[in-house]
Amino acid sequence: MGQTIAEKILGKHAGRTVKPGEIAIVAPDLIFCHDDSRPHPFSLLHSLGVERIAHPDRVVVVLDHAPSPTASVAGVHQMIRDFSRARGIQLYDIGTGIAHLVLPEKGHVRPGDLVIGPDSHTCTQGAIGAFACGVGSADVAAALLSGQTWLRVPESIRIELSGTLPPGVYAKDLALFLIGHFGADGATYKSVELTGTAVAELDMDGRFTVCNMGIEMGAKAFIIPPDETTLGWFADRQMRDVVPLQADPDARYSETRHYDIGELAPQVALPHRVDDVVAVEAVEGTPIRQAVIGTCTNSRPADFRAAAKVLRGRKVHRDVRFYIIPGSRGVLANIAADGTLEALLAAGAIMGTPGCSGCIGGAHFAVPSDGEKMITTANRNFRGRTGNRNASIYLGSPATVAASTLNGYISDPRNYLE
Amino acid sequence: MKIAGKIHVLGDDINTDYIISSKYKSTILDLDELAQHVLEDYDPDFAGRLNPGDIVAAGNNFGCGSARETAPLVLKRAGVAAVIARSFARIFFRNAHNVGLPIIEFDTRALENGDQLELDLVAGCLVNHTQGKEATFSAPPAEMLAILKAGGLLEYYRHYHHFPWT
Repeated sequence: MGQTIAEKILGKHAGRTVKPGEIAIVAPDLIFCHDDSRPHPFSLLHSLGVERIAHPDRVVVVLDHAPSPTASVAGVHQMIRDFSRARGIQLYDIGTGIAHLVLPEKGHVRPGDLVIGPDSHTCTQGAIGAFACGVGSADVAAALLSGQTWLRVPESIRIELSGTLPPGVYAKDLALFLIGHFGADGATYKSVELTGTAVAELDMDGRFTVCNMGIEMGAKAFIIPPDETTLGWFADRQMRDVVPLQADPDARYSETRHYDIGELAPQVALPHRVDDVVAVEAVEGTPIRQAVIGTCTNSRPADFRAAAKVLRGRKVHRDVRFYIIPGSRGVLANIAADGTLEALLAAGAIMGTPGCSGCIGGAHFAVPSDGEKMITTANRNFRGRTGNRNASIYLGSPATVAASTLNGYISDPRNYLE
Repeated sequence: MKIAGKIHVLGDDINTDYIISSKYKSTILDLDELAQHVLEDYDPDFAGRLNPGDIVAAGNNFGCGSARETAPLVLKRAGVAAVIARSFARIFFRNAHNVGLPIIEFDTRALENGDQLELDLVAGCLVNHTQGKEATFSAPPAEMLAILKAGGLLEYYRHYHHFPWT
């Protein structure tokens, strides 16, 4: 009987054919860690008195959550560095970028891989056709020690998208639209496969955005089957030995949904739920005082280019603080080279260190004051997420955020397309 | 494994940022200090009302959001003896077991704030002493129960020198 992508990947890693509901004991191809887990998996191994880990060559560390804001966090960073160096573990230090960007950028993920990490947005790597899911620190520590973890094989949901995204409407709008329809737990415990002509038209930056938000509908994994675009992206990085894994034509899905996104409007998630999604027209005119383009959802070159298209030659409203945080050093170099960064800075953007700053309140950046409304390209708008429970967070695409900075209120980016 | 306590009823989609605000998670390393802020952004008075041994009863999708273990750790350190909910987000489900916080899937709609409950995790029985009712739930599988009894996944490893699946 035909298999879904999730069943194939987990079966390959369990060494046997698997069915949904079964527990698979699997050896991940990649276990990554960042610096934000408390307790950190390395600390847990220290406390167990463990020196050896099973496969140091399958482990990657990225220090991304905050550029060393306090002495105690600096201590955690040093512990991570010492542990990594002693075992020959690849480590990317502060300023390299957000793990979810650095891992694919540096060639650590391939289609068909099994990736785990102590972060819910690990699902981002589904854009490459990997089964990538978040787990906790203890799970990561156990996987580092034993080389294995257990995963219950999920059922799969298939989403088929037709139509072409209209001008001014982007991958983030698509992600919000889907989450609005599925709800915060609409895909809990499921692996989602996103297919269709509309998906084929998304570039890799856009695919990473959509897969990144998979967890916000509860998905265990969120996968875009690899295609010519995926293979081309790898070829650009001189990686040609990638094997695209596809679902079988007779694979069984718990549900299949079709959407035509040819008429999609820019989408906005209202405070304080990611699945409370409306078309931008519904909130146009809502005053905002702070805006952020960044985070693992939207901090790639295509995101900043979309924002620059709106902001080039214009100025951010005097009452708005507009932060931009390139997701990696590679992204920063890219947008510095083609005039994108220059256009955004000329408009009045405030730039942050490549990394997670600007996302959560603990990353010491862009905390709003009481009563303020902000709009961001981040993936969550739970009350208090950016450091102040008395502020409100709207989510949107980079273009929507950029348009909103011009006016000091939520604005439709389609008015700024020329 | 039996747990008895008074319940605090919460709603649906209690996310990890509500359980412990992001602004503390990265920089406060002390669990006792973090525990003082449990559920603060959802209900600033909750920590003050919670007594050790109390049980949290919630709706759907409890623990959605982050993969950080901080959420179940803070609940446990604040004294929550167990969480029962109509459904759990999957990463929270794993993490709760891994840190030794008992969780049970159960239709909580008939429960009321302040009910005195008694839970038997081996038998899968729930007694509501306040309402005078009994009900059953799916008891955790043997391996999960063993992890909970040990106090968490790594505590299990410390005790048995292997993981439940090896």
